Amino acid sequence: MRTLVTVFLKEVIDNFRDRRTLVSALVMGPLFGPILFAFVINLSIERSLDDIERTLELPVIGQQHAPNLMRYLRSRNIDLVAGPDGRAAAIDAVTTGIHDVIVIVPEDFGEQLGDSIPAQVELIYDQANTQAERDARRVRGALHSYSQELAAVRLLARGVSPMVLRPINVDEVDVSTPSGRSAMLLGMMSYFFIFALLMGGMYLAIDTTAGERERGSLEPLLSLPVTRDQLMLGKIAATCVFMAVSLLLSLCSFFIALKFMPLEQLGMTPNFGFAVVVAAFFVLAPFILLGASLMTLVASFTKSYKEAQTWLSVVLIAPTLPILIVSILTLRPQLEFMFVPSLSQHLLLVDMIKNEPVNLLHVAISVTSTLAIGAILTWICAHLYRREGLLG
Amino acid sequence: MISVTDIHKSFGEIRAVQGVSFSAPDGKITGLLGPNGAGKSTTLRILYTVLKPDRGRASIDGADVVTDSLEARQNIGALPHGAGLYPHLTARENISYYARLCGLDNPTIEERVDGLVELLEIGDFADRRSKGFSQGQRTKVSLARALVHNPQNVILDEPSNGLDVMATRSLRDLILKLKDAGRCVLFSSHVMQEVAALCDDIIIIANGKVAIDDSADGIRRRTACDDLEDAFVRAIEMVEID
Repeated sequence: MRTLVTVFLKEVIDNFRDRRTLVSALVMGPLFGPILFAFVINLSIERSLDDIERTLELPVIGQQHAPNLMRYLRSRNIDLVAGPDGRAAAIDAVTTGIHDVIVIVPEDFGEQLGDSIPAQVELIYDQANTQAERDARRVRGALHSYSQELAAVRLLARGVSPMVLRPINVDEVDVSTPSGRSAMLLGMMSYFFIFALLMGGMYLAIDTTAGERERGSLEPLLSLPVTRDQLMLGKIAATCVFMAVSLLLSLCSFFIALKFMPLEQLGMTPNFGFAVVVAAFFVLAPFILLGASLMTLVASFTKSYKEAQTWLSVVLIAPTLPILIVSILTLRPQLEFMFVPSLSQHLLLVDMIKNEPVNLLHVAISVTSTLAIGAILTWICAHLYRREGLLG
Repeated sequence: MISVTDIHKSFGEIRAVQGVSFSAPDGKITGLLGPNGAGKSTTLRILYTVLKPDRGRASIDGADVVTDSLEARQNIGALPHGAGLYPHLTARENISYYARLCGLDNPTIEERVDGLVELLEIGDFADRRSKGFSQGQRTKVSLARALVHNPQNVILDEPSNGLDVMATRSLRDLILKLKDAGRCVLFSSHVMQEVAALCDDIIIIANGKVAIDDSADGIRRRTACDDLEDAFVRAIEMVEID
């Protein structure tokens, strides 16, 4: 036990003095998430505001043929500009991306309208271009409303109620709560926490294994009258502490960052108060042992610091895999998922953020299975340190 | 007292050590001499228990290095070849880390570290972080680290590698001091003069086998060479003919 504590304290002090370890544990990991998150949130706010507030600049060919329609479009915050000369030029302009959407009003538009035959209007856009698709949808919507209004006027003129055109009225009721809507985007958060956690201990895991071997300090260490298990456990314990600190900082930085993000504009109110931060820490904490032992194990197999770095970047990404699969398949939390580390933490965290009741059995399974896997990996690490091949 | 009986060690196809036997008594300096790749380091690594022999036995003060390795390590101070320090710890912290791992209490640690700092003349840089130390400074700190628990047996793998004249001299003085204190000192080298000047007993190893195990004079006599360097070359040739 004394050996374990000695190794632990030495690794903590040693790595605390290492700027690279410190930056990755205390700055990179905890800040990466909130910064990326703020970026994504702001981007989606900007896009959702676009549709309503932004003035759409629309080239229209043959504006003079439909003055009323043009007036109507302008009232829908669409700014009309002169289009290219002729239909062929218009198609060309859209294909080459000079304009996203172009409307063509044919010469006989007014005549057709007067004769009550469907008047032709052409909408030219490129469906493969998502930006164009959004603009086209807006123009199509405006043209459709205008068409509806005209229809209503015509019916009224014939003494028929415009209601006959609406035999069914659809009322949509969206039951998602603001917290629930947050969960989709905030589901990303759980990975940032796991990322920060792993990042916090990554350089420690490398330094205490591959680094120590490369430096030539492993061999004298192993010739001391201590058991290798104790050395290993001390190293893993130090890695755990760095990971825990990094996780805590990451939770706190999100807690603060969310206060400054205009999430209400997106109709989201994530449930991420102080109590949730504390609960999230305890749900994620079992992953620390697993992360530390996994990283130490992988680093033990590598021959050099560089090789260890390469392999550990893979370990950094690995926990996203189950989260990604479940998100793509949009699976609901199930009992079996709770046996899968990283996935179980993710699902529990999403429930908390959605402000839904957390299933205590799920929590128990998640904690126990993650701790059990961590303990097995730790045991393998200790066992590996008894091998002489370790010296490379 | 270190004793080695017929140890063998292979790394895949390479047979690094093939039946080495010798003993290094207390109060004597024993030198392990041989060309590069002769099996010196492998033999020493087996003795300080980081490698296990495929065959044969070795013991430190009676404790077997395989079955009783913890006890054996208790009585060894080892300086492996190219031993590294922790760059973010000071020289003093590097030494006391090992002392603490060896189970010494705080007053003893302080006393020992101060003693070694003085003995090895590392006072000038004792409180500096060891990042950027010269090879000589590193070797001195590694040596202090190896000796901090006062081991009866001292194993040094090419300790004079990369040292300048002054540092080599102080290393030689230290080895003699250890001998006078009744310790068993076993060190390896490929420099003939160094071994001849210090050792009571010289073991010449080549191709993983012991070529000759004798005093400097004995080696001269048995190879019929007056010059030790010639004797060294002759002894190695004898093994290679076998």
